Amino acid sequence: MRSGAYAASAFAAGLIFGLGLVISGMANPAKVLGFLDLYGRWDPTLLLVMVGAIAVGAIAFAVASRRSSTLLGTAMALPATRPIDRRLVLGSLAFGIGWGLAGFCPGPALVALGAGKLKALVFVATMVAGMLIFERLEQSRARTPSPAAAPRS
Amino acid sequence: MSIDWPAFTPFSALTGGVLIGVAAAILVLLNGRIAGIAGIVGGLLRPAPREAGWRLAFLGGLIAAPLLCIAAGKPPTIVVEADYPTLVIAGLIVGLGTRYGAGCTSGHGVCGASRLSPRSIVATLAFMASGFATAFVVRHVVVS
Repeated sequence: MRSGAYAASAFAAGLIFGLGLVISGMANPAKVLGFLDLYGRWDPTLLLVMVGAIAVGAIAFAVASRRSSTLLGTAMALPATRPIDRRLVLGSLAFGIGWGLAGFCPGPALVALGAGKLKALVFVATMVAGMLIFERLEQSRARTPSPAAAPRS
Repeated sequence: MSIDWPAFTPFSALTGGVLIGVAAAILVLLNGRIAGIAGIVGGLLRPAPREAGWRLAFLGGLIAAPLLCIAAGKPPTIVVEADYPTLVIAGLIVGLGTRYGAGCTSGHGVCGASRLSPRSIVATLAFMASGFATAFVVRHVVVS
């Protein structure tokens, strides 16, 4: 029963997330680019979407951080604190370039895919390909011992 | 810079934003998970996918949202200006970048910022900065 409730709450969260993206206009890449294009006629909408989302999110995460289990009784799986490293900064800078090129980030692209947009399908397919390339590179990185750890012969 | 007042939609922005916050709240309080779309998709692509159930349920809900809008007679407005070659390049970069950067607009920008995570705040500033720079180049340098 618990796994049913667990899946149902995840589905509800996804549905409400998607409705939020549609209602806020963020599922529309043209509107996102209107925000990213500071030098044209700037549309501040995205900023207010984040204010609304963070206002609610801040309360939820403050509550979550004080709990060791969820309301369904499962374990909290919040990310462990990690240092700010080169991968984080370079990866995020790269993501911003892709975001600025098409106006799509992962969530809105999936919503546009659900709406039946062929261009969203192309974006999502290549995004998944990019993520698979990442997994391949991570695997080969894990297989190759670092020079310091390699046995000397 | 001038503000595009006719395009600015503050009421629907806040309404939609609050819904996104509620969705993140449900996922963290009931599932104990971060509502980061890149991480949720990426977790399914690992060599041995873990906990595929809730990830697929969340993504199913996300994709069902526009279908619900269409069924209710309010199809979402989605205008994609980018051409196909640009979408291919952008998709690849977003896929690689969000996995190396361990998050996207939702994971870092909404959830991470809500948790006041220093990593997420740095990541959000980085992708916003390169997003602004790229939009400037695409809209004012390449196409003029």
